[in-house]
Amino acid sequence: MIEFILNDKKVATPLPNGSLLLDFIRENQHLTGTKIGCREGDCGACTVLVGEVKNGQMSYQQIPSCLTPIGNVEGRHVVTIEGLNMDELSPAQQHFVDEASTQCGFCTPGFVVSLSQYCLSQDAPDTDKAIESISGNICRCTGYKPIERAADKLTQSLAGKSTTQTVDWLVQNNFLPTYFKDIPNRLARLAPKEKTNFGQQIIGGGTDLYVQKHEELVTQDFDFVINHKELKFIKVANNTCTIGAGITVTDLLESKDFSGLFPDLAKHLKLVSSAMIRNVSTLAGNFVNASPIGDMTAFFLALNAQITLAKDHQKRIIFLKHFYKGYKDLDKGEGEIITEIIFNIPFGKFNFEKVSKRTHLDIASVNSAASIKIKNGIIQEAHISAGGIGPIPTYLSDTCNFLNNKELSPTTIIEANNILQKEISPISDVRGSVEYKRLLLRQLFFAHFIELYPETISLSNLILQS
Amino acid sequence: MKNIDSKSHVTGKSIYLDDIPTRQGTLYAAVFSSPIAHGWIESIDFAQAFAMPGVVQIISHKDIPGENQIGGIFPDEELLAKKELHFQGQPIAVVIADTEQQAFDARKKIILKFTERKAIVDAREAQAQNSLIMPPRTFRKGDTKNAWKDCTYIFEGRAKSNGQEHLYLETQGAYAYPLENGNIKIHSSTQSPTAVQRTTAQVLNIGMHHIEVDVQRLGGGFGGKEDQATPWAVMAALGVQVLNKPVKLVLNRIDDMRMTGKRHPYDSDYKIGLSKDLKILAFEATMYQNAGAAADLSPAILGRSLFHSTNSYFIPNTKVTAYSCKTNLPPNTAFRGFGGPQGMFVIESALAHAARELKIPTYKIQHKNLLKTGDELPYGQKIEGGILLQIWKNLVQKFDLQSIENQIDTFNKSNTHFKKGFSLMPVTFGISFTKTPMNQARALVHIYSDGSIGISTGAIEMGQGVNTKLLQVAAQVFSVSANKIKLESTNTTRVANTSPTAASTGADLNGKALEMACNALLARLKTSAGKSFGVSPDDISIQDEIIYQNGIATSMNWTQLIDQAFLERVNLTENAHYATPVIHYDMSIEKGIPFAYHVYGLALTEVTVDCLRGTYEIDTVKIVHDFGKSMNPTIDFGQVEGALVQGIGWMTMEEIRYNDQGRLLSGTLSTYKIPDIYSVPKEIIINAAQSEGTDFAILKSKAVGEPPLMYGIGTYFAINQAVMAFNPKAKLSADAPFTVEKVLMGLYAADHPDR
Repeated sequence: MIEFILNDKKVATPLPNGSLLLDFIRENQHLTGTKIGCREGDCGACTVLVGEVKNGQMSYQQIPSCLTPIGNVEGRHVVTIEGLNMDELSPAQQHFVDEASTQCGFCTPGFVVSLSQYCLSQDAPDTDKAIESISGNICRCTGYKPIERAADKLTQSLAGKSTTQTVDWLVQNNFLPTYFKDIPNRLARLAPKEKTNFGQQIIGGGTDLYVQKHEELVTQDFDFVINHKELKFIKVANNTCTIGAGITVTDLLESKDFSGLFPDLAKHLKLVSSAMIRNVSTLAGNFVNASPIGDMTAFFLALNAQITLAKDHQKRIIFLKHFYKGYKDLDKGEGEIITEIIFNIPFGKFNFEKVSKRTHLDIASVNSAASIKIKNGIIQEAHISAGGIGPIPTYLSDTCNFLNNKELSPTTIIEANNILQKEISPISDVRGSVEYKRLLLRQLFFAHFIELYPETISLSNLILQS
Repeated sequence: MKNIDSKSHVTGKSIYLDDIPTRQGTLYAAVFSSPIAHGWIESIDFAQAFAMPGVVQIISHKDIPGENQIGGIFPDEELLAKKELHFQGQPIAVVIADTEQQAFDARKKIILKFTERKAIVDAREAQAQNSLIMPPRTFRKGDTKNAWKDCTYIFEGRAKSNGQEHLYLETQGAYAYPLENGNIKIHSSTQSPTAVQRTTAQVLNIGMHHIEVDVQRLGGGFGGKEDQATPWAVMAALGVQVLNKPVKLVLNRIDDMRMTGKRHPYDSDYKIGLSKDLKILAFEATMYQNAGAAADLSPAILGRSLFHSTNSYFIPNTKVTAYSCKTNLPPNTAFRGFGGPQGMFVIESALAHAARELKIPTYKIQHKNLLKTGDELPYGQKIEGGILLQIWKNLVQKFDLQSIENQIDTFNKSNTHFKKGFSLMPVTFGISFTKTPMNQARALVHIYSDGSIGISTGAIEMGQGVNTKLLQVAAQVFSVSANKIKLESTNTTRVANTSPTAASTGADLNGKALEMACNALLARLKTSAGKSFGVSPDDISIQDEIIYQNGIATSMNWTQLIDQAFLERVNLTENAHYATPVIHYDMSIEKGIPFAYHVYGLALTEVTVDCLRGTYEIDTVKIVHDFGKSMNPTIDFGQVEGALVQGIGWMTMEEIRYNDQGRLLSGTLSTYKIPDIYSVPKEIIINAAQSEGTDFAILKSKAVGEPPLMYGIGTYFAINQAVMAFNPKAKLSADAPFTVEKVLMGLYAADHPDR
């Protein structure tokens, strides 16, 4: 039996823990405000909130219910649009009405749910944050302008929001139904979770697996990374950063230790999918998925990260760049799982670049990351990765070797690009032609240096010499 | 007034097709379709699939008692393929099972053996092989042959625009169930309930009166559910006929994208001639429309491309020919603008080409040739209420075009990494179905004995707010409050023989019929009131539910009047019929008055291109639009914003890709991208033009659904200009959408041939 609280009601179901939350909500519970749009986490019509107690307060995230196995919400609070409704419209709903932010209405519940996450967050009100909360919600009718206006009005309505007693404040100000106040107590009274172990197939966020083969997964039981607290940590000490494999992209953003290492982290990670996918997708999931254009893989390759692979009590540590042997072919034994990610600090300056057909919530045509250490104008150490230019997420060894001990200058970079072009093998596909991907990687490679060393490198001096 | 559905939308209480509570015993259907784009079926084996758990029936063409035919304009499209296969995703069989999952699982077990033939996916290739949907159509005016010698400048080129996936958030679907005596009720997510009814009757070989089609609302349509909602409804109804059980058929997103047609890709050649002072003297074009494997609505869409081939310009000599080319893609179909955008893209490409060669801003040519009242269009209709010049002046002054141009120039001179570009995009769009007989509508109004009112029309609510506008019409005629009025679902038993809600005409046609019905009822009520006060009906008026006699309030209110009229046995129900007057069209000479009126407007677009990465942002779109006398500015401005962004999507990131075997490569939301909240213009400013409206528009409030989509075309040319600012050598051919790939390739192209 899986137990959780759905809106104001405790639910228990004998369904396999791999079955989808979306289907449970619509078919089993007949709550039809949550819509089916794409079943691949790319539209947000099925957005729900999932909440749990964190540091003594309820913490809610918006998630795509179409990619969420019910095992991942066990013991937590799930909120659909129905669970947000009160006798009167909430401010989020009222602003949507007032600003004409809804036309056909099919995407609207998803937007309202995501904006409710914004209200529930413990951040100070800020329209940019409101927009970020709906970055995974697609609307085909309005052109988003009225939605932006509603988000702006909502931010004004949230003035004075308590960031410590957030739920109480929201209930008091008619943003939320009163039952929200009692949720922490009710969650504590739920039955303990079913025991799971590494013997079963392990699933992280499921954001790729459930896109690829949801029909197969919904009938099975799995072991969920989320239930392994030991995989949820970020530790910065002794010139090393160690991250548990169950850490999500959002966890990275929220970690002061981690974001302290990357001044532009928010800017970089904003390019990675949408808020709601970042909430559930794990780093290890991205690595094991082995997509040649995995954003987080490119990110950590450029940190020359290592990963710990474990099975039972055996452990081994390898470089992430050695993990990929060929297309979707990993140096990973049967039953081995990634447990942690390790990289050395300080790593010099870091940059992440990604270009896709649509800047946000899209898969890269080409991505690239770089960490570069320079002393007295000489490159001490460069680690550069790229995705979308070969069968695997690629650590550009030849390029890095070439750069080491060279003077930082336009000439060096242009020459390095010649090396780079020799160690990649892009193919033409829906994300771009070979010629484009080659040109684009050159540009993104240039971009690292233009971004990190603007006093020495500019687009003009690179192009004029190219 | 806000959209009357707003509250149920924001609370998730609005009911869409998939939300209708199912009846006991409901079965679920999944469509098995062709894996190849061209060939024929050798054999098909259902045995394994039929043996799968929960499978109740597998329906094929053999189960069709009537005609296996769904073609609307031409009978050239089977519901379920019998032998020949013409596109990937063409329906062959329908698996019906106890659950949706079982139907999908069983579908995988169908064994199809086939012979594959080479597919044609390109329109020009189809035309070269004489694979056409119908003979080409040509619009002629003046004499282009003789005009070329008078031209100082002549430019020739090619313009391509790709298709566009509708991506209504609610996929196609239908739910059908048996009523008594062989009658069937169908809930369908369709813009065209009558097409569903008529086609179902034809396929099931029963009278239309046995079929009831009901539509509450659509989760987006955009033309995609005008013709192509029909097959799924017919299949569900066929399942009902065979099994006498309720059958639900909702396409999942991947099936929807694979099986349904899209906006037509066009590939065109143009030749434009200008005088020394930039007057367009002659324009010739040949358009190749990629129709896909069957006619669907392609012939009508082709017509609108021709009607709008000269967009907003007066051109004395024109000759435009258009071919509807039959290829092995899913039949392409209606999409907001209906061929108009594709037609306009060609002339705008020609103008941009001329301006580039002449080293002047495009707007100098555009402005010189704008349509004025009295100008005759290539199809014989003369411009009435032509306010383009006034709109132009208004926009140029209000937003100070000259200083924008100077600022962009200065910016580009002092920046390498970023370049800016701008464009102007005028739009002249004709309102009416170009097929004259379709311009009719009916409305049925009940005043209930308690004074509340129920309204049925043929209009489908799909987010455009037509029901809100209809409610306003009734509320205004009767002068009663909105909460007394209910807009009923659209149902073929209440309003029959409807035209689809399309061509921006929904509010005009249905609103006019409704206005007539309400006026007829009002006249009877005034007679009744007049009788009781002993005065003429002309002395009676109603204001805010109070009855007035010669302008003075009486003690009688609306409810009392209705009560009295009912007791007097006055008919409190009215059915009215409206047919747009004046319009006519003769296709044999391609002349007539196809449109009740035109909508005008102008958009100014500014973009910034990141010349390092090839990405771009749209800084602003400033619009002056002809709403007539807008009856609902909230809804109308929303239509402009939404249509603009849809047009921008078509021109920028939305890229449909088929491979040579006719397989859709961009068949998911992870491979086909529509604008998200971060990619829309940072600013959209909309101003209403000073406009008198027209009596052909409901309450003089002009149709607004489609025209603003074409403002999006401006984004293409603004990006083009910014790319040229970085790389003057980049002779970009017009090839929409302007993806980030094309931008980067253009920025760094050594030399890009024009053709």
